[in-house]
This record gives sequence, structure tokens and C-alpha cells, in this order.
Amino acid sequence: MRELRVFLRRRSAVIGAVLVALNVLVALGAPLIARVDPQVLDVKSRLARPTGAHWFGTDHVGRDAWSRVIYGARLSMVVGGSVMVLSFLGGLTVGLLGGYYRAMDNVLMRFMDGLMAFPGIILAIALMASLGPSVVNVIVALGVVYVPRVARIVRGSVLVIRETSYVEAARALGIGDLRIVALHILPNCVSPVIVQGTFIFAAAVLGEAALSFLGVGVPPQIPSWGNVLSEGRSYLQQAPWLTLFPGAAIMASILGLNLFGDGLRDLLDPRLRGVQGASRET
Amino acid sequence: MIVYVVRRLLAVIPVMLVVATVSFILIRLAPGDPASVIAGPYATADDIARLQRSLGLDQPLPVQLVKWWGRLARGDLGDSIFLRRPVLEAVFERLEPTLLLTAWSMLVAVAVGLPAGVVSARYHNTTVDQSLMAFALVGLSIPNFLLGLLMILCFGVWLGWLPVAGYVPLEGGLWLNLRSLIMPSLALGLVQSALIARITRSSMLDVLREQYILAGRSKGLSERVVIYKHALKNAIIPTLTVIGITFALLVGGAVVIETVFNIPGLGRLIISAVLRRDYPVVQGVVLLIALTYTAINLLVDLAYLAIDPRIRFR
Repeated sequence: MRELRVFLRRRSAVIGAVLVALNVLVALGAPLIARVDPQVLDVKSRLARPTGAHWFGTDHVGRDAWSRVIYGARLSMVVGGSVMVLSFLGGLTVGLLGGYYRAMDNVLMRFMDGLMAFPGIILAIALMASLGPSVVNVIVALGVVYVPRVARIVRGSVLVIRETSYVEAARALGIGDLRIVALHILPNCVSPVIVQGTFIFAAAVLGEAALSFLGVGVPPQIPSWGNVLSEGRSYLQQAPWLTLFPGAAIMASILGLNLFGDGLRDLLDPRLRGVQGASRET
Repeated sequence: MIVYVVRRLLAVIPVMLVVATVSFILIRLAPGDPASVIAGPYATADDIARLQRSLGLDQPLPVQLVKWWGRLARGDLGDSIFLRRPVLEAVFERLEPTLLLTAWSMLVAVAVGLPAGVVSARYHNTTVDQSLMAFALVGLSIPNFLLGLLMILCFGVWLGWLPVAGYVPLEGGLWLNLRSLIMPSLALGLVQSALIARITRSSMLDVLREQYILAGRSKGLSERVVIYKHALKNAIIPTLTVIGITFALLVGGAVVIETVFNIPGLGRLIISAVLRRDYPVVQGVVLLIALTYTAINLLVDLAYLAIDPRIRFR
């Protein structure tokens, strides 16, 4: 309860939480909020200005931009959430193995260093080149990018926890490695990972938008913020609303995640207070 | 100190080996056999078999990997399938715009971010600090390509001050070259300056709490000397680390920004290569960027030696 009060006292964290909650609601209720099918073409009213019929206007083939932005929110949440889970699973596995078993540490962490030597978006583009455009492949590509980042954090915590007296005591009692890792080490290294999670979520939303904007992410017919912006780019002069509305949606979403993440970090990991910026590591 | 330099240099070797291996694996992840992709859709089974032999694809994977390392050591990145010429040649041709864009953006990022962070820390918890940090937060939340599009809309379409897109090479005149890079560099650099400002501010705040700052103030040093001579020198170390990371973000960002502004650099090269399934080009560009990034990080680490004497005695 005390934690919740600390969190609520920070106005920016509350704003962040509200923005994130709004985003989740929009994503869940997309079919109700969207009004029109985002795939339906209405060629007669292409590049229409925002009106009562089309709140955000229409694109170059007459699809309703409001519906596409709303469904784009859904895609962003799916991609962000899945990338986060994937990087947690991979990063926790590698980090726990590397931190606990000295023998594997060097090989695993050198491999992670190698992956980190690629700028994130470049590695994602290269992976997309081999995997081909699809939602699942975008998730896999971005997941691979963030596994090493989680792994490093986990390994760092494990190296400290492994030397504590309670782990030594557990070992002295003859408790097996698996049980020690699962019951004594894992629970003590999750909180920095959770904090990192919100930043990975934000980075994945940005990453998907960038990949789709470049034309190497989600296939073009699927409504995604990156796709809407990419199509709107050619009509910047005639139809600036195709850039402004999805742009505002991305910004609100990332801003919310960043504020929420900052608040969560202050709550769970006071030592890191003020050292923000992980979210830009794309 | 020499031990530190040598150890740091040796640590680069495994990273480079992994980078080379990952880029080798990348091309093998692609569906289908590379030979049939290279030979194109009209090739006969015979053609493909011949190509497989000439590319060494009929040998076991570990042998291929070692040969790939060997070729890399000689600087041979293979040939582009689509452009029918060495990858390295194609890369060098596209290097100029990307290098200039990255350099200018870096300048913008540091020139805006560093002073903003210092000023924010000096006027901690005032309106100045809060508004600068609000800007930084917006900077962290806006994707660079979106900022680019908004700038095109504002300065190119509505105000007509700058060209909406396109690139004038250096030989077309310094001013025209610069003019074509103003918006792209600002779009990329301003977003990065947000990160630099935040890091600089927090490390300045940490340093300003130190005893020697209090000592300096109590012996009557001016605030200017305390901030710029004593505090900034010590606070710059974390910022330097971020500048290493910033390079990676800028190169990654350049790839995206080049698409926004139609700049024919490495970014356009890699994206068109992805769309044409020109795997050797994708592999080559990715590899070169990763190696450059590794080298920059090494230089940043060595720069600590020059700036922070404490490391020399470790």
C-alpha cells in the first residue's frame, strides 16, 4: 500500500499510467471504437479531409484513418507485449544460466556482446530481410534485439545474489541447483527486469513503427501506425492529417510508457533514480 | 595502463568473431538455399548446382563459416546479387551522405544536449529545469522519422524555407550540401539530445552533491568556476558513455531518416537490398556498421583514459 502511495504521489507517473491504460482499452475495444472496418476501401472519397463521417480523414485508397489508427493501437500493444515477454523469457534464461554457471558465462555473454554490437534497428532490419514481412517475424526480430539487454541485467543481479549467505545456506542444506535458481535467485532479480520491461515495451512499439514505416515490417494491408505514416508520407502536402493523427497516437503511447516506466523504476529500484534512457536503445 | 589498453583491445576480438558469425547465420536463416536465390527464378537445377559449388555451399557449415571469416579478414564481402558488383564498392559509393548525416546529427545532439543538461542541473527544480526536462521527455517519446515528417510539413511544405527532400552531394557545393542536410540532422540530432541532456543532468546533480564542490563554494569560488571547471569535468564521464551509444542510435536512425528525406545513403541501400532480397548487401552493410560501432566503443573507452586519471591507476 505504501508503494502505491509513493507511485500516486508522482503526478507524471499517474499521467503515464492513465495513458497506458487508455491505450490498452483502445486496443481491447478496437472493433467497438473503430466504427468502420479499417480494410474497407472507399475509392470515391479518397484523401478526404477529417469530417463527421471520417474523424481522421481517409487515405489514398479511401480507408478510414480513424479506424486504422485505432487498430494500429491494437497491433502496437500486441507487438510491444509479445516482444517484452519474449525478451524476458530469453533474457532470464541466458542471464540465469550465465550468472549461475561459471562455465557457460563466458560463451553466453560473449555471444550477447556480439548481438549488442549491432545497432538494434539494423539487426532487426537484417533479421526481417531473412524472415520476411509478418507480424510474428517483427516480434521475433525485435525480441532477439532485446534478449541481450535483459540477459545482462539478470546476469548482473545473479552474480551478486549467488554470493549471498542465504544461497550459500541453501546449498549447504543440499538443495538442488534448479530449486535454488527458481526459488531463491529468480524472485530476487525480477524487479529491475520489470522496470526494464516498460522501456522494452516502448522501444518495441517504436521499433515496429520504424520497421513498418521502412516497408520491412508488418505487411502493408495490416493497419499499423508505421504503415499509416509510411502511406501518408507520399501525401504529406495534400493530406497532412494522415501524418498528424497517427503521429500523435505514437507519441501519446510512448510518452505514457516512458512516464509509467519512470514511476515504476522509482518505486521498485530507487538506486536507479534519475538514470533514465533505456527506452531509446533501439 | 598498458595492461588496460591491451585487455580492452583483446576483448574486441570475440565480439568481432560473434558479429561475423551472426552475419553469416543471418543469410542462412532466409527461406530456401542462397544459391537458388542468387541464381534467380529462371535458373535450371544444373545452374544452381554449379553456383553452389562455386560459392562453396556444398561444403559442411563449419568449413563455410571458417572460410567466411578468412574472406572477411581479407576485406572481401562478396558480390551484390542485384547490382552485380562487389558489396564493398556499393557501400563506399553510398558512404558520404550517411557519414555526413551522422556527424552533423552528433554535433546537434551534443551541442544541444550537453548545455541543456548542465543548465538544468544548475537551476535544479526551477521552471528552467522543469521545462527543459519536459522538452527532453517529448524528445524521448517522438520517433525520429515522425519528427522528420513534421519538420518537412512545417519548414518545407508550409513555410517553404528548406527543400522537402533530396540530397546534394558535397561536390555540388558546400552550402547546397549543408542545406539538404539541415532538416535530417536536426530531426535525428534533437531526438538524441534529449537522452544526452537527461544523462548529463543526473550525473551533474550527483557530482554537485560531492564534498569538493562544497569546499570550492565555501572558499569563495564563483558559481561559474564550480560548475564548469570542477563539476562538469567529473560529470562528463557518463555522458561520454552515452555518446558511444548515441553513435549506434544515430546510425540506426540515419537508416530511417534517409527514407524520410530520400537521401541515397547506406540506409536506402540496405532497405532496397532487403526488398530485392539482395542478401550479400544486407549482410555486408550490417557487418560494417557493427564493426564500426565496436571500434567507436573502443575509442570511447580509451578516451576515458585521457579524461579520467583514476582509471590509469587501476
